[in-house]
Amino acid sequence: MNTKEIIRLSSLCTGYKSKVVSNGINASLNSGQLTCLLGPNGAGKSTLLRTLSAFQPPLSGQIEILGKPLQSYSDKELSTLIGVVLTERIDVRNMTVHDLIGLGRSPYTGFWGNLSNHDAQLVDSAMEMVGIQEFKERMIQTLSDGERQKVMIAKALAQETPIIFLDEPTAFLDYPSKVEIMQLLYKLSHESGKTIFMSTHDLELALQISDTIWLLDKEHGLVTGTPEDLTIDQSLQKFFVRKGISFHAESEQFRIENECSRTVSLESDPTLQELVRKALQRNGISIANESEIRIIARLIDGKPHFSVQNSSTLQVHEADSFESMLSLL
Amino acid sequence: MKRRSVIPVMALITAAILLFFFLNILLGSVSIPARSVLNIMLGTGNEDIIWQNIIFKSRIPQALTAIVAGAGLSVSGLIMQTVFRNPLAGPSVLGICSGASLGVAFVVLLSGSIGGMALSRMGMAGELAMTIGAVAGALAVMALIVYVSQRVKGNVTLLIIGVMIGYIANAIIGVLKFFSVEEDIRAFVVWGLGSFARVSGDQMVLFVCTMAVILPFSALLAKTLNLMLLGDAYSRNLGLDIKRARLFTISYSGILIAIVTAYCGPISFLGLAVPHLCRSLFRTNDHRILTPACILVGALFALTCNLIARMPGFEGALPVNSITALVGAPIVISVLFRKRQNDTSE
Repeated sequence: MNTKEIIRLSSLCTGYKSKVVSNGINASLNSGQLTCLLGPNGAGKSTLLRTLSAFQPPLSGQIEILGKPLQSYSDKELSTLIGVVLTERIDVRNMTVHDLIGLGRSPYTGFWGNLSNHDAQLVDSAMEMVGIQEFKERMIQTLSDGERQKVMIAKALAQETPIIFLDEPTAFLDYPSKVEIMQLLYKLSHESGKTIFMSTHDLELALQISDTIWLLDKEHGLVTGTPEDLTIDQSLQKFFVRKGISFHAESEQFRIENECSRTVSLESDPTLQELVRKALQRNGISIANESEIRIIARLIDGKPHFSVQNSSTLQVHEADSFESMLSLL
Repeated sequence: MKRRSVIPVMALITAAILLFFFLNILLGSVSIPARSVLNIMLGTGNEDIIWQNIIFKSRIPQALTAIVAGAGLSVSGLIMQTVFRNPLAGPSVLGICSGASLGVAFVVLLSGSIGGMALSRMGMAGELAMTIGAVAGALAVMALIVYVSQRVKGNVTLLIIGVMIGYIANAIIGVLKFFSVEEDIRAFVVWGLGSFARVSGDQMVLFVCTMAVILPFSALLAKTLNLMLLGDAYSRNLGLDIKRARLFTISYSGILIAIVTAYCGPISFLGLAVPHLCRSLFRTNDHRILTPACILVGALFALTCNLIARMPGFEGALPVNSITALVGAPIVISVLFRKRQNDTSE
């Protein structure tokens, strides 16, 4: 992959006059990569993004974009360098989706802000990329939160900047749209060499799709790396594993853990194994090698079949769905 | 409404302005036949000199004043609603009107108690003093608002400060009234009622020309205002210098309000209602359309209000402020109601 360091942060300290939010941040962002910023609520993700977007000055330290300090760029120059998508809900009435995305062309349009044919084409193709062509003439106030989010992403695309910062762009979206947007951002970064940096709470999606992960919280500061490296060196576990959450390293999946008070032994078809484990886990039952209760699960003609044996009472019950199997326990 | 029907609608409004302009000249407490009015305006025929005076010295100045005042207040209302991203923002909200009132109050109310002579007896010089007082007061408050706007982050904060300045100005006016002679208080109250009729002669020419020069500049702000709709962060990211944009837009609308208020007194509701009317009429928030729309609709609105105020029976005694509020308030309410319905049905 042809990547280049675009943004470098050195001993950056973000926050407000009265309060330091994050300290000692050293990292860099590369072109042609999708980087996701993960961290709990209040970790300083938005503050970091706002600082990188030049909306607020750093308390100390340096942000260099393409080798030049961020402060040395004018607002005008930055508008063709960085496009942003924010969490703030824009409150505009009586403006069509097309017109709003057209405003993304403002850095390039003339004195009156009229769109040239070229601008209009870029607006159309931005809508197409995000998949909102059919909204073209809809008014902003009639859109759902998720649709608005897509419009703002299209705006950032129309802005044609080599760098795009997105603050929780997937927050209001349904699951297929989340995946769609993440894939779109991934594709954009890899195909057009854009530097894309987004914060998100969609942990597992981010781990699956992003090139680089930035983990940020108050306790550990910033840790960066590929999802795999962060798994191996236990960073992901350190950031997110709490009481009730476990991390399954092989699948890079987080699991919810219940306190288990009972155990059963299980003999199962491989296809059913994981489902049975999950169903039992949810009900506070863990799987052990030896137990008083033994479950045999088989898949017969695509239908589950369970037999539950109790070795002390020697009773055997049969069940043909998870629901009735669970009720036997 | 589709984009392409914008121009026909604007043409229609322009035609309505011409019609109402003529009606404003035709109708009044003295009835002059339409033919004579036409003759007088075209300078043909030998019409009664009194009629000529009524047309040239009273009705035409009044109609022209209404046009430019209506246009000016509407544009400044539009700008304020966009800059503060608040549908209730308007000329009177930022305290600029109150500033003008304070300026006039100083001139009118203090001249009697300090100068020992009631201003209302000074005639022409008194009028001029009032105008200067209004402009000075409005610009002073505006300068304060612009200064604050460079330092305060949120628009809501700025709006609240504006309202507070308004209260302080009104409080000072109350104190001044307490120390003033009754005659001056009456003069001040009359100014406060607002009127398109007070401006006459040379002052009218000066007023109309000034406004005719200033109003077209509003078109230069269209792109800036469109960007400001997106809020500070987004507009900044799109290359807008927020501080400069606020300085320009607030000063521009402030100057419009200052001049109109100086000549016509505080005219309420017009600047608030017309932008809403235009938005629902053209179904857009694009300032490239809204700005000219506000100029036209504002002019038409003011002409209509002026006409109603002079309807037979009222004999010009009805203050124009009552009309603007009576017509304007229902418009704002109906617009807000329709907005609600659109939101829930769509």
